[in-house]
Amino acid sequence: MRGVIAFVAGALFGTGLLISGMTDTLKVQGWLDVFGNWDPTLAFVMGGAILPMLLAWRLTRNRRPIAGGQFPAPVASGIDRRLVVGSGLFGVGWALAGLCPGPALASLSYGGLNGFVFLIAMVAGMVAAPTLGAQLDRVANAP
Amino acid sequence: MQVEWVWGLIGGLMIGCGAAVFLLGNGRIMGASGILGGLFSPAPRDVQFERLVFICGLIGTPMLLRPLIAPETQTHLTGSVAIGIVAGLLVGVGTRIANGCTSGHGVCGISRFSRRGIVATLVFISSGAVTMTLLRHVWSVI
Repeated sequence: MRGVIAFVAGALFGTGLLISGMTDTLKVQGWLDVFGNWDPTLAFVMGGAILPMLLAWRLTRNRRPIAGGQFPAPVASGIDRRLVVGSGLFGVGWALAGLCPGPALASLSYGGLNGFVFLIAMVAGMVAAPTLGAQLDRVANAP
Repeated sequence: MQVEWVWGLIGGLMIGCGAAVFLLGNGRIMGASGILGGLFSPAPRDVQFERLVFICGLIGTPMLLRPLIAPETQTHLTGSVAIGIVAGLLVGVGTRIANGCTSGHGVCGISRFSRRGIVATLVFISSGAVTMTLLRHVWSVI
């Protein structure tokens, strides 16, 4: 049951990324290119994705997930150094290649060799992140 | 142009439905960086299985459907391996340190009115736009 739900969610995510054009790096870079030939498509994709989720979060109230377990607890609202620095670094890489983690996976079958190279580098970065994050905290706490 | 935003909206609705299915069905946040990165950190077997199956759907469905519904879609990814590696490292490190990416913070966070999700999204879009402007219009690198 949980596996089927996870597969369906991944399939909807992948198909949505494909038909929205978000696996085309030119469209993503076009969205970030505000002083060039700006492409607003990404705003429609994100807006479209937020709509069903507004409803979904409402439906989580006083309920439990269909396949059991718990809904994610409300996260701390604090804005910390990790959130800002991490998102800043992510944005630089996002602009450089025009890929973020979802589309990098969704386009793996047609992204060519460099799509694989990007994915492997991204996984390497993810594996290194806890160490680098701890480093960031040390710098933050240094006198 | 008009057709493109219509497809963007339809695709976006599908992405949101995927996130809603994952949340209401399994009680999980559909964040691509958390799901992929989580595979490489210690977690119970059933959680890892769920992540792996999700990724199979995410990679496999576009592979099967692209020839049928969007054969002209290409990634137009840079041919530079150096840019691919640097960009991949930055995206991997950044999303894990920030604990989320476009799907986790952008879609799931904003729809929950999470301050962290909203701030993260504003930061990565801003840093992306600044990077893009510098690389394309100031230094003419990409």
